[in-house]
Amino acid sequence: MTDAIQIQVNGEQRGCRADATVGDLLRELAIKTERVAVELNLEILERKDFDQRSLKQGDRVEILSFIGGGAPVAAQYRGRGLVHAE
Amino acid sequence: MQNDPLIIAGREFTSRLWVGTGKYKDFAETKKAIEASGADVVTVAVRRVNITDRSKDNLLDYLDPKKYTILPNTAGCYNVEDALRYARLARAAGVSDLIKLEVLGDERTLFPDTAGLIEAAKILVKEGFIVLPYTNDDPIVAQKLVDVGCPAVMPLAAPIGSGLGIRNPYNLKIIMEMIKVPIIVDAGVGTASDAAFAMELGADAVLMNTAIAGAQDPIAMAEAMKYAVHAGRLAYKAGRITRKLYATASSPIEGML
Repeated sequence: MTDAIQIQVNGEQRGCRADATVGDLLRELAIKTERVAVELNLEILERKDFDQRSLKQGDRVEILSFIGGGAPVAAQYRGRGLVHAE
Repeated sequence: MQNDPLIIAGREFTSRLWVGTGKYKDFAETKKAIEASGADVVTVAVRRVNITDRSKDNLLDYLDPKKYTILPNTAGCYNVEDALRYARLARAAGVSDLIKLEVLGDERTLFPDTAGLIEAAKILVKEGFIVLPYTNDDPIVAQKLVDVGCPAVMPLAAPIGSGLGIRNPYNLKIIMEMIKVPIIVDAGVGTASDAAFAMELGADAVLMNTAIAGAQDPIAMAEAMKYAVHAGRLAYKAGRITRKLYATASSPIEGML
């Protein structure tokens, strides 16, 4: 058994095997690798490198994907904007 | 519309209505509205995957990539650095080199920071992105975006989500006359007549989200927008009559008693 390390994934602390790769982490989280982007300490990884890049203590991992969006939902819903009665 | 494709950077699109995928009740409604709109380009945002609850569906499971061009955006980015980061992440997520570039300048209006936009566009074009910039209705900025390599420009009709319609048709018209790449009117449309008006002015396409997703019946509004964009395009190509202050009789005088 290898020692566990602490890493940060999408802003949350979690433990992980010391010899784990990014690919291992994605499989553990049950995240399909198609259509996700992974940033390791601000470096964007290529998909082919997921299984090569191993994780170290204190690494910060960001896993992103696509969600519904057109424009940000913002100020117009905060009651500050100009609202016309229809 | 048959034989009237929209071509941007060598890519051919059949629909001149592009839609966003935000603000819907659920993915099933999103899918139905997109189908009703006839759009073949849909915008998406790039966000953190929910790692604590993996049971949630993914939007892209509902959108057939063979049927739709997925256009990721940099919505929510307020500086060049963030916009570049999100654009690069979007490309790494593996859909395409297309990016709808937004660099916002202010939370209340969501107006673009056009200086930041031009800077970010220049960098992304050099990195091989097909940059479609969300910009103000400013012809000079639009030209600068073309100069740095944007193959289309997306000026706003009114603030994002405002539904105010075409606020400055004259500026948009100037943009359409001056700028030699496709113009996609993006943001601010409220109802079908706004979309038709944008197309009658000579827009090459219209992109909207809230006008459909926020309608009481989004699927019916999506269909209305499809017809409006189609009608506006046909009217533009048909060439409208000139406006005259006084009447011109439609029936001949000859043959009257």
